[in-house]
Amino acid sequence: MPTSFLAGIFGRSPVQPLKDHMAKAAEAGHVLLDFIEAALAGDWERAANVRSRLQDIEHEADRLKADLRIRLPSTLMMPVDRGDLLDLITTQDRIANRAKDIAGLMYGRRMVLPDSLAPGYRRLAQRSVDAVDQAERSVGELDELFTAGFRGAEVKLVERMITELDAIEDDTDTLASELRAQVFAMEQSLPPVDVIFLYKAIEWLGDLGDFSHRVGGLLQRLIAR
Amino acid sequence: MEGMTLYIILAAVFGLYMAWGIGANDVANAMATSTGAKAISMRQAFLIAAVFEFAGAVLAGGAVTATIRSGMIDTADLAGNPELLIFGMLSALLAAAVWLNLASRHGWPVSTTHSIVGAIVGFAVVGIGFEAVKWAKVGTIVMSWVVSPLLAGIVAFIIFRTVQWLILDRENPLAQAKRWVPVYMFFAAFNISLVTLLKGLTHVGLDLDTRQTYLLSAAIGLGIAVMGWALIRRIQPVPGADRDNHFATVERVFAVLMIVTACSMAFAHGSNDVANAVGPVAAVISTATSGQVQQTSSMPPWILLLGGAGIVFGLMTYGRAVMRTVGEQITALTPSRGFAAEMAAAATIVLASGTGLPISTTHTLVGAVLGVGMARGIAAINLQVVRNIFVSWVVTVPAGALLSVIFFLIFRAVF
Repeated sequence: MPTSFLAGIFGRSPVQPLKDHMAKAAEAGHVLLDFIEAALAGDWERAANVRSRLQDIEHEADRLKADLRIRLPSTLMMPVDRGDLLDLITTQDRIANRAKDIAGLMYGRRMVLPDSLAPGYRRLAQRSVDAVDQAERSVGELDELFTAGFRGAEVKLVERMITELDAIEDDTDTLASELRAQVFAMEQSLPPVDVIFLYKAIEWLGDLGDFSHRVGGLLQRLIAR
Repeated sequence: MEGMTLYIILAAVFGLYMAWGIGANDVANAMATSTGAKAISMRQAFLIAAVFEFAGAVLAGGAVTATIRSGMIDTADLAGNPELLIFGMLSALLAAAVWLNLASRHGWPVSTTHSIVGAIVGFAVVGIGFEAVKWAKVGTIVMSWVVSPLLAGIVAFIIFRTVQWLILDRENPLAQAKRWVPVYMFFAAFNISLVTLLKGLTHVGLDLDTRQTYLLSAAIGLGIAVMGWALIRRIQPVPGADRDNHFATVERVFAVLMIVTACSMAFAHGSNDVANAVGPVAAVISTATSGQVQQTSSMPPWILLLGGAGIVFGLMTYGRAVMRTVGEQITALTPSRGFAAEMAAAATIVLASGTGLPISTTHTLVGAVLGVGMARGIAAINLQVVRNIFVSWVVTVPAGALLSVIFFLIFRAVF
């Protein structure tokens, strides 16, 4: 096969794999919402199905992560810092992982929430996944950022998206602390071990927002290099 | 002198072989930056290469041809022994061609310039003597191999930064691109014309004073810019291809600009690299016909035609496949980046050709690509491969020299 020195110079762009991976993480978030609905309805058969779908998605995300890491040797010259890129994919991957963890925790314990807590829990889950979605949209701008060479109008657009992401993450913090206050108020009436894991589930839902927020922060670092 | 016809035929055959190799390897890669960016089709690439390689060789290639032919060796010692020079040039030509052919087959990124310079120095040291080589001149050439990629890199960096500043960073990149791309066309055409004209075109019967030179260059640039403007005006936003910024459409505007830079690149390559094939041929022919070693002599136009034809033939036979591979593999080199690299490389090469320095098109182009990369323009550049390309330079010179010595000894034994 005829080869060319020129073709070899150009490494494969990491942008599409990053976007694909982030899309997987966001998909995991949405499937988690399905799972939570099934769990709150006490339909554990459906929950089991949804959970296994979530596990598949998480495995797929792991595979994409490994692919991308192999594709980024240290001899690659990129307009962004290689370490930041690796941090970004790690953080994205933690979103998918955490979604899987939450489903695992709720399913493993057949976690049942008191009816009064369910709406708050739903709201928190929804808002956390909103944050994940916003992170996906921001990462989706990466190819435009590469095209523009990390300057100008496109950077401002992404900055706005990240500001929006920060606002959503603030919301999730507020929702989580409100929910915790509710749990605290009825702590005495609930089985203590359940309470411990309820706090855990709330904390992990908050993590989804938190990791999404970090994805935004890493994007800013990529731009600012 | 007896056997002289044979020498001329051999020189023509070897020259054609060398030109074929240049077309297959070097030109294919130079043109691939344009075909890879989808700015021009394969057919257009052949046409551009055919016209502008030849134009570059005829209009701007003379100084480099002279350097390859006689600038590196002191032919005074050869006065009574013209056959030695003929054998030497034949072996240098064959050595460079064989090495180039070998490299094309394996996809090694060798420079045709490095091959022929190595080959000529090799035969001169063994065939005539160490002191016959004009080491100062060779030193200048080698220095230019370091300077030219560096210069092209800096120029490419600056050009791409201006593209960011004028077009990509703006709120409405499409309107900005339509406004500024004709300006880049003007400068590309103006620069190449100016450098070519300043060097003088008296050998094709064109005698201009400085003012006329500038005016003519400006007129050529303006003509190209107006043609480009007319083409660009018709480009409409790609519906649904992108959201606010129309980057996909912006790239189509740059694709028009890349037609101009592809022509510049072919012209630049012709001015520099055709000499690698025809220089030694010219040396053999002038020595064979006159029967004596001359430092200077006129250049029969048919030799240039031979070089140009060989290059286009190489491009069409083997280079086609190279261009196709590159086109599939370089998706990262969009027209907005490709043009910056090509324009910088072409300007550097034509400038060097004007001073008679044979430089490596390959390495200059690589330097220019790195320059765009430095300006955060390219998603990923494989530095391992870049390093290999520069290492190949170190290998190519002695390889050319060694092969040339072997062929020289064979020729001397046979004839």
